[in-house]
Amino acid sequence: MFVLSGYEYLLGFLLICSLVPLLALSASKLLRPSGRNPERIITYESGMEPIGGAWIQFNIRYYMFALVFVVFDVETVFLYPWAVAFSSLGLLAFIEALIFIAILVIALVYAWRKGALEWS
Amino acid sequence: MNPGIDLQGTFIETLMDLGLPAGVAKAIWMPLPMGLMLIGATMGVLVTTWLERKISAAAQQRIGPDFMGPFGLLAPVADGLKLVFKEDVVPAKSDRILFTLGPIIVVIPIFLSYLIVPFGQNLVITDVGTGIFLWISLSSIAPIGLLMAGYASNNKYALLGGLRAAAQSISYEIPLALSVLAVVMMSNSLSTIDIVEQQSGYGILGWNIWRQPAGFVIFWIAALAECERMPFDLPEAEEELVAGYQTEYSGMKFGLFYLSSYVNLVLSALLFAVLYLGGWDFPIPLNLLANLVGVSDDSSWLQVVDASLGIIMTVFKAYFLVFLAILLRWTVPRVRIDQLLDLGWKFLLPVGLANLLLTAALKLTFPVAFGG
Repeated sequence: MFVLSGYEYLLGFLLICSLVPLLALSASKLLRPSGRNPERIITYESGMEPIGGAWIQFNIRYYMFALVFVVFDVETVFLYPWAVAFSSLGLLAFIEALIFIAILVIALVYAWRKGALEWS
Repeated sequence: MNPGIDLQGTFIETLMDLGLPAGVAKAIWMPLPMGLMLIGATMGVLVTTWLERKISAAAQQRIGPDFMGPFGLLAPVADGLKLVFKEDVVPAKSDRILFTLGPIIVVIPIFLSYLIVPFGQNLVITDVGTGIFLWISLSSIAPIGLLMAGYASNNKYALLGGLRAAAQSISYEIPLALSVLAVVMMSNSLSTIDIVEQQSGYGILGWNIWRQPAGFVIFWIAALAECERMPFDLPEAEEELVAGYQTEYSGMKFGLFYLSSYVNLVLSALLFAVLYLGGWDFPIPLNLLANLVGVSDDSSWLQVVDASLGIIMTVFKAYFLVFLAILLRWTVPRVRIDQLLDLGWKFLLPVGLANLLLTAALKLTFPVAFGG
C-alpha cells in the first residue's frame, strides 16, 4: 500500500498531532465565558486607539534575508545526499563539493558586500 | 551488538498468534507509541515550565511556585487550566481565520517532529529513512504560522514580531542544517537510530561532541535561536514589541504558542542529545560493565535494564540541556536584531560551512575515526 515504508506512521502521527490543537481549542470553547464587549476587541496598542492599520508596506530588508535564505537552503538540500553517500564517493566528490561551496561562498560575499545582510 | 528489546515485533506477533491478520495487528499497534509520545511530550512541557519557574526563582533568590502541590509541582497544571477557562479575544480588525490557523500551524509540526526522536534501539515511533532531515523540514513550517499570526492580528507590534520571528528562524535554519549535515556525514545515514549507533561502543569517548566541537556550538546557538530562547527572544522583546506576534493572543490560542515553544525547547534538547551526546548511550559501555560483573550479554533482564537505562539517559541528557538553556536565560543579555542577524549570517554560516568541509577532509584522511 505504501511505497515508502515507515511513512504510514508519519500520516498517523500527523492525524494524532492535529488532534492536539483541535481538542485544546474545542475544550476551551466549551468552558470559557463569551462576553462580547466592543471595548475589548479593539486592537491593543499600549492602551491607545490605533492610528491606521498594520496591513501596510513593510521594510524590504526582511525580503532580502528571505531571498538569501532561499539560496542557502537549496544549497543544504543539495548537500544532504552528498553527505550521506560521501564515504563511498571519495576524493572526487570532495573536490566537486568544494567547487560547489566555493561558488556559493562567492554569492555570500557578493550579498555581504552589496549590503543585503545589513540591518540598518 | 544485540538488537535489544523489540516491543513492536513482540506485540504484533502476539496479536497474530491470537488469530488477527497482520494488517489489523499493526493498526492496533500504531497509535500506542504515538499516544505515549504525545503524552510524554506534554508531560515534558509541564516539567519544563515548572523547572523554568523554579530555576528562575533560584537565580533571583526567590522561592518560586510553592503553594500548589508539593514544591509547587502543580503550578503548571493550574496555569494550563487557567488558560482553558480564559475568554478568547479576537480583535475586531483581525483576520479571523488566519488568527486561529497561526497557532495551529505552529504547534502541529513541532509535535510531529517527535516521530523521529529515539529513546532506544527500537524505542522510536518509526525509523524513517529521512530521519533527521524530516525534523529540519518540519521546523521550517513553524515560521509560516508565526508570520500568519503576526499578520492576522493587524497590530503593528504583532506584525513586526511576526516578521522578526520569521527572519530569525530562517536565518538560523541554515547553520542548524549545516551542523546536522556534518553529523550525518560521519554516520553515513539520516536515520536518528544510525546516528546514535555510530556513537555507541566507546561510552562517553565515542560521542560526537568530541569529533564535532564546532558543530556542537553552532547547533546549540542555532537551536536556542530557533526556540526563541532568552538571548535570542527578539520576536517577543517585551521592551520594544509588547509581546511580538503573541500580543493579541489570549486564552487557549496563546496557550498553544506557549506549549509549542516549550515542546520545541525539549525537542531541540532531545535531538541535541541524540546528535552530539550519544542519545540513549550510557557514559560507560554497558557491555563492559556486564562482562566485569560476569553477566552474559543476552540475558533478558540485562536487556530490560539496558532499555530502561536508555530512556533515562536520553531524558537526563535532554533535561541537562534544558537546565543549561534556563540558566542562560538569566546570565546572558538579549542581543539586538542586527547583532542577531550578523551572528547568524556572518559568523555561524561561514563557520558551519568550514566545519562541514573540515569534517569531509578529516573523513577522507582518517576514515576510521570519522565513520568510515
